[in-house]
Amino acid sequence: MIQVDLTGQVAVVTGAAQGIGEVILSRLLEAGASVVAIDLKAGDKCGFDQNRYLFIQSDVSDFDAAKEVVNRVLERFGRLDILVANAGINRDQVLWKMTKENWADVINVDLGGAFNYFAAASSAMKQQNSGKLIAISSINGLRGKFGQTNYSAAKAGVIGLVKAAAKELGKYSIRVNAVAPGFILTEMTDKMPEKYRNMAIEETVLKKAGKPEDIANAVLFLASDLSSHITGEVIKVDGGQYI
Amino acid sequence: MRFLGKTAFVTGATRGIGKATAKLLLQNDIKVIIGYAHSDKLAEEIVKNASENGKQATAAKIDLSDTASIEKSLKELIDKVGTIDYLVNNAGIAEDGLLLVSSSDKIIRTINTNLVASMTVTKFVLKGMIKKRFGSIVNMSSIVGEDGNAGQTAYAASKAGIIGFTKALAKEVASRNIRVNAIAPGFIQTDMTGVLSENDKNKIANRIPLNRLGKPEDVANLALFLLSEEANYITGDTIRIDGGLHL
Repeated sequence: MIQVDLTGQVAVVTGAAQGIGEVILSRLLEAGASVVAIDLKAGDKCGFDQNRYLFIQSDVSDFDAAKEVVNRVLERFGRLDILVANAGINRDQVLWKMTKENWADVINVDLGGAFNYFAAASSAMKQQNSGKLIAISSINGLRGKFGQTNYSAAKAGVIGLVKAAAKELGKYSIRVNAVAPGFILTEMTDKMPEKYRNMAIEETVLKKAGKPEDIANAVLFLASDLSSHITGEVIKVDGGQYI
Repeated sequence: MRFLGKTAFVTGATRGIGKATAKLLLQNDIKVIIGYAHSDKLAEEIVKNASENGKQATAAKIDLSDTASIEKSLKELIDKVGTIDYLVNNAGIAEDGLLLVSSSDKIIRTINTNLVASMTVTKFVLKGMIKKRFGSIVNMSSIVGEDGNAGQTAYAASKAGIIGFTKALAKEVASRNIRVNAIAPGFIQTDMTGVLSENDKNKIANRIPLNRLGKPEDVANLALFLLSEEANYITGDTIRIDGGLHL
């Protein structure tokens, strides 16, 4: 592995109880960071070094709760260096059948959650004159996806958020980027009927699904000084599914 | 070390981004072929330096703008070196000037050196990668290839061409476990941007959200990431590294 050393840095990962978030959490811990995991309920993994790990139960779509979480992080660890807005849900449905709840839930968690945590974290990072904000978008935010007008809109919105925030925060040495995964094997995609999973794999040029580790690798790269001149950018990790 | 036993070919490796990339690959125990056109002395220095540090570098003099001799030189190189695992198509020139006063020679020279040569080099290196079913290729585009820049129509065309080439090739060779990506640097401190006045450089830095020009080492880090197994699920992508200038 390319060695990434994040010793002394403090990270927050939302949606860290499972899937991509859980692997990002593990990799950040391995790289030496202290990590605060946010989710609706705790994940199954345990045995993390309690000096460098904290779980806070919170709903990312709650703006005020996000501010409180960041305050708790600052109280416990004294700083905040890396924020990974990963929490996401999908409520697939064709547009003409989509309920207002399907729409609102996805927008509030996937886009609202990213905004809430970017906003809360950026205040702390501004004081430090350093920080990294990373959002998990999706190739479906770069292209449209059948059955995902809500998800595509939210994930595209995340990209707009990243670019505008990058422009605002660059002068404080805060970098803001996104990773756009393609088809990754997680609990979210496990629920898909096999026919659709196979179709997704067929779309890739590498003819395989991605793993959460592939996304975590890109996140670690963006969280480290290896990417110190990259901001406002979206890195696709999709096996060539959307070229 | 993970990269042990791997060989990389970096074009334009005696200066700027190419030099920093070659240096970083060598530090990671990758054998590096230093591609260069003119300066024997600079190439020899890099090879000597590598050897003194227990690393392996070989110099390969190939003039990428010489369409007549390039295929012969490449064939000789591949015959000598064997398989190449990593290719960084970095060599490039920029002869700025408004289109109205650009000679067709200049236009053709820019497109040949920056785009056609990258494709020719890739063609020769690809055979070995396909046989081995392993390879990772990084092509050097530019933010100018995506956004344009007054005074750089030929350069922009060549760099935009690199993006199209990258995407098409990624689709062609994915089934052979070969990944192809591009890097689009913004303003990086090299001889190419060295021609700008201090005043102009400061003006540019002020337009960049991160308030500084990039360093060749920044681009080298991204190149290494894209070549490495950490990027095993990344292909057909172009990543901008510009301090946010494009925003």
